[in-house]
Amino acid sequence: MTTANTNAIERYRNNFLKEVEANVEEGHMVKMCMQCGVCAGSCPLGPHWTHSPQKIFMMIRAGKRDEVLGSDSMFMCTSCYNCMVRCPRQLPITHIMHGLANYAHRLGLAPKGQPTRDFATLFWNNAIKKGRVNELMLTLRHYFRGGLVSGIKEALGMQSVGLGLFMAKRLNPMEIFGGHGVKDLKGFHAIVAKAKEIEDRKKGFTA
Amino acid sequence: MTASIATNQTILVVGGGISGMTAALEAAECGKQVILVEKTPVLGGRTARLYRYFPKMCHPTCGLEINLRRIKQNRNIRLMTMTEVTAVSGSRGNYSVTLKVAPRFVNENCTACGKCAEAVTAEVSNPWNYGLDKMKAAYLPHNMAYPQRYVIDPSIVGTPEGEKAKAACPVGAVDLDMKEETVTLSVGAVIYATGWRPYDAAKIQPYGYGRFANVITSLEFERLADPQGPTGGKILRPGDGKEAKNIAFIQCAGSRDENHLRHCSRICCMASLKQTQYVREAFGDQGKSTIYYIDIRAIDRFEDFYQMVQKDATVSFVKSKVAKIVENAENGNPVLHGVDTEGYHRYATEHDLVVLAVGMEPEITGVKLPDDVILDSSNFIEGSKDGGMFGAGAASSPLDVNRSVQSATAASLHAIQVIRKTASTEAV
Ligand SMILES: Cc1cc2nc3c(=O)[nH]c(=O)nc-3n(C[C@H](O)[C@H](O)[C@H](O)COP(=O)(O)OP(=O)(O)OC[C@H]3O[C@@H](n4cnc5c(N)ncnc54)[C@H](O)[C@@H]3O)c2cc1C
Ligand code: SF4
Ligand code: SF4
Ligand code: SF4
Ligand code: SF4
Repeated sequence: MTTANTNAIERYRNNFLKEVEANVEEGHMVKMCMQCGVCAGSCPLGPHWTHSPQKIFMMIRAGKRDEVLGSDSMFMCTSCYNCMVRCPRQLPITHIMHGLANYAHRLGLAPKGQPTRDFATLFWNNAIKKGRVNELMLTLRHYFRGGLVSGIKEALGMQSVGLGLFMAKRLNPMEIFGGHGVKDLKGFHAIVAKAKEIEDRKKGFTA
Repeated sequence: MTASIATNQTILVVGGGISGMTAALEAAECGKQVILVEKTPVLGGRTARLYRYFPKMCHPTCGLEINLRRIKQNRNIRLMTMTEVTAVSGSRGNYSVTLKVAPRFVNENCTACGKCAEAVTAEVSNPWNYGLDKMKAAYLPHNMAYPQRYVIDPSIVGTPEGEKAKAACPVGAVDLDMKEETVTLSVGAVIYATGWRPYDAAKIQPYGYGRFANVITSLEFERLADPQGPTGGKILRPGDGKEAKNIAFIQCAGSRDENHLRHCSRICCMASLKQTQYVREAFGDQGKSTIYYIDIRAIDRFEDFYQMVQKDATVSFVKSKVAKIVENAENGNPVLHGVDTEGYHRYATEHDLVVLAVGMEPEITGVKLPDDVILDSSNFIEGSKDGGMFGAGAASSPLDVNRSVQSATAASLHAIQVIRKTASTEAV
């Protein structure tokens, strides 16, 4: 990952916008932003994070690579799409935010311990293991991410929800033994590997 | 009647705003026959409904009066009010146009004495003031109206109210039996000077126009400032009739927005800059105007005007497109939410009144035009494939009065060329 980062720095030098355009989903639309502020003002999470989409887009153009790729703001996006439907320039803001999060994550620059990022990683690892999500394990891993004590506390807090899910047959306690996978697990893993290969190539992660 | 004198040597001008009047006059004063068709009962268009107009801050009635005098004196112009074009066929030099003439229910004998209005009690919404107040159902659209002839609203025709108006008229001018008429004319060239209409502000959902009483449009604000308007020129907000001293102007309301109008309406920055001076005129140093903008587009020589307003201590500027408005339920004040671009500060600012600088959309948007007419992506008229029909003024582009007049003069010249060509081929 660090090599990918060094390569990227080497390749794009001071032109972070070019780097984003080449490697980030919908990155070519960043330059269309006219800095009107509607997205920043429309985002329900706006007051709670450091960098609104408006700010991130300006920082990209200003070449603030470390600040952007180290920001935790992109991970705060809940995909409500409020910004996107209101942007007067129709920037696919939500997609760009997620694209940036993904790029920062893959370069190893995303902030450590960012909860959304951790959960997404957990979810991904869980899902690709068997081709389907093992909800019990996902939940447990998530609760116990901060150690045993806090895990028990959190799990107890969610007890009634868990029980409800169990009664509705949405949570199977037997999944603790690994759960069942998709039919052709090998094929599934091959698909994921291929997809990763293509993505790496496209986003410049292959040497 | 008018129909019989029109030939393919005649120029049809559709729309009697400043552009239509100019186009008609330029051609008529060159000796051409012109038919000027206007949808409403009066000439003047949108300009006549402005309180003052930039850059000189004079009253638009002054310029209107000069043009009206020229029209009255000119025998080459046939004016048809309350008339709309419903169809155009044929081609350059030889068009057949169908006009629909709505009944005014008052004939040429009217002396504008006003007795009919005194007699009736029924009221209708007043379009002159953008529906901010009501007027009698027998009315003169405004003091400067030309023609100076009353109109009976169709809603009272066939009712006792209509009969009251008729009985009150000392000269027998009220004719309740008038019917809608259809007229077909042949003309050689057509100028569309159909102007613009404000973008429907209710479509800009986060701003709450229509939901919040103290969010109005820039057009309504013109009427509030005008002594002939619904408040007699006092800036009173619609919600509770209180004086509105702390006013927010929101720029690009519906313009420069892919979800609304794509184009920059070009006049609304200047309109808001102008309107801050109405606030100053009304309240002196007690007034406060705040302009929320993406960027100020005071086109070419209007930069001076912008600089003049910038020096005014009662006016401040916030570089930000407002994200949304909520209403303070206690006092009815609109609260503006957004983030400014100069420092990315989040704000929630309360004002007495919000004026939305709404965009200009072509009035003919949605109207069926002849196939030959070429429109741009915002429905402004670029011209026609056969070269015999032209757009003028705000129908062709979002233009201020000065540029509308230039554009109308150009369209008139083009139309004259078409007529001359037709004449010379016929002579051969
Ligand atoms: C808030 C605001 C403030 C403004 N202030 C200023 C200012 O201070 N100074 C300035 O220079 N400009 C100003 N403008 C711009 C100005 O209003 C326009 O430049 C002007 O109205 C253009 O004139 P026009 O004749 O082209 O169109 P209009 O004024 O729209 O006239 C068009 C006429 O055509 C008629 N018509 C429409 N369709 C038909 C049809 N199908 N058949 C027959 N008749 C039809 C209409 O009834 C109307 O009478 C302002 C605009 C706004 C929004
Ligand atoms: S709403 Fe669109 S144009 Fe405006 S600041 Fe956000 S991304 Fe840029
Ligand atoms: S989609 Fe994301 S960035 Fe956009 S408004 Fe919703 S939370 Fe904010
Ligand atoms: S219609 Fe008759 S009563 Fe009404 S203003 Fe005209 S002349 Fe007077
Ligand atoms: S003139 Fe000003 S307010 Fe009007 S659309 Fe253009 S930038 Fe926006």
